Amino acid sequence: MEKQNNQEYLTAIQAAFGADVLAHEEAFGMLNVELTPARIHDAIAWLQQHQDLSVNYLTNIAGIHYPESEGREFAVVYQLHSWKNNLRLRIKGYLPKDNLHIASITDLFAGANWMERETYDFFGIIFDGHPDLRRILNMDDMDYFPMRKEYVLEDATREDKDDRFFGRNNNEL
Amino acid sequence: MSQDLKDVIQAADPANVATINFGPTHPSTHGIFQNILKVDGEKIISSEQTVGYIHRAFEKLAERRPYNQITPITDRLNYCSSPINNIGWEMTVEKLIGVDIPKRVQYMRVIIMELARIADHLICNSVIGVDAGALTSFFYPFSEREKIYELYEELSGARLTTNMGRIGGFERDFTPVFHEKLKSFLKTFPKAFEEFDSMLARNRIFMDRTKGAGPISAERALSYSFSGPNLRAAGVDYDVRAMNPYSSYEDFDFIIPVGVNGDTYDRFMVRQEEIRQSLRIITQAYNNLPEGDYKADLPDFYLPAKADVYNNMEALIYHFKIIMGETELPVGEVYHAVEGGNGELGYYLISDGGRTPYRLQFRRPCFIYYQAYPEMIKGLPISDAVLTLSSINVIAGELDA
Repeated sequence: MEKQNNQEYLTAIQAAFGADVLAHEEAFGMLNVELTPARIHDAIAWLQQHQDLSVNYLTNIAGIHYPESEGREFAVVYQLHSWKNNLRLRIKGYLPKDNLHIASITDLFAGANWMERETYDFFGIIFDGHPDLRRILNMDDMDYFPMRKEYVLEDATREDKDDRFFGRNNNEL
Repeated sequence: MSQDLKDVIQAADPANVATINFGPTHPSTHGIFQNILKVDGEKIISSEQTVGYIHRAFEKLAERRPYNQITPITDRLNYCSSPINNIGWEMTVEKLIGVDIPKRVQYMRVIIMELARIADHLICNSVIGVDAGALTSFFYPFSEREKIYELYEELSGARLTTNMGRIGGFERDFTPVFHEKLKSFLKTFPKAFEEFDSMLARNRIFMDRTKGAGPISAERALSYSFSGPNLRAAGVDYDVRAMNPYSSYEDFDFIIPVGVNGDTYDRFMVRQEEIRQSLRIITQAYNNLPEGDYKADLPDFYLPAKADVYNNMEALIYHFKIIMGETELPVGEVYHAVEGGNGELGYYLISDGGRTPYRLQFRRPCFIYYQAYPEMIKGLPISDAVLTLSSINVIAGELDA
């Protein structure tokens, strides 16, 4: 069988999930697909079971915080790998800050357990259906989610580490 | 797990169940992480892990550091094979900025990364011996690892946390001393290694202790996103070097050893064979080392020589731009994976064009496969749990980031 490429994956996903495919792009050769968060679990299960697409390996799960983009402050990124086609792809879901719920994929990949716990620990994203959603790397009694952008590193007194010198907020310079 | 053991677990009388701490500072954890075991006599009924004792928030730190300052952070992930981490990170940045790396640099990187893999596997395998009670075989590989560290030292000035290489290549070319030491290493190492191998690989006591200790099936290993030697020991031949070749790995002839049972003995044997294969790769790369520069032409990222900075206007400008973070960076998301000592070590880098990453996530193989540990040791005696732990090679630095 011919190996499938990004375009074929995209077409297949669009055919199956239609309006739930909110955006897509190819970044550095890797297919990115944004889906409605509520449908991500189904989409990953579908990709996993699909005969030709055969996405059999969960590479990692990442959280991202975009405080500036209203209504889609948090992103959950699933990087998946199909060994059959040797193709990696990203599935993304954006969550608003007042509803950080997304379905857990621990029933599909046992390895998602700690990846989701880490994402919860860092960003406070709640994976519904996770068997044991607790902090993992930080202390249990920590009362904030440290990877969110509002918590800057404790070097506020250092002027050379000011955000202005990091290529951001240029208007203040 | 055999039926007998299942019966033991089911029949466990609450009065006989003891709760014990395995770690945080147990000699065989080789790092600080805790396992709370529930045991009935010697048999482990269940276990609960606590990790994060040396969590240093690398991903947060990385958001405040320019790209070249992140390399030292990567040293401290799997510190048994820092150069692989360093070079993996440099290749991620190179992928983002889109630069052609000279063939010589790629071959040099392969040599260094395979040396690091040998050092990593040597330590892991000799420690399996220690935890099985064989201390002698632990001392043999150390003189060999020392030689690898001297090679690192020759190229980077450091031994453990190497900060090896730069974005675009290496800080210096292979020095004459490096050539000399590498040649002598390639000559003497195989013999010393086979001597080490002969102490354990077919050793009756060692085999009895390690066969069947901490097995995992290929199916479960895949579900747990295992990678590296632990996955291959379970019989799955996934290796990033072959699946997505980077740094010219496609030029070399090597095999990917796989095990059958996914137990401690198979993990040991897979690592032993990988050391031999790494040696083959190094020999091929060194014998065919292309002529050329040891760095790419990348003035925006690669610091000019100090003498030029003092005497040459252009070099001074580039030096200033790099140090002050005035370099234009592309916006985008890249993922780059290398085959680390423990498996697929990935860097997921999101750049918003700023001087530092907007978000950088490390895919740390240890963190991902260590969660399978309770499943692997259930029903086994504590002594097997110790062996399992050392054979999956959990490195606290990589586990906790």
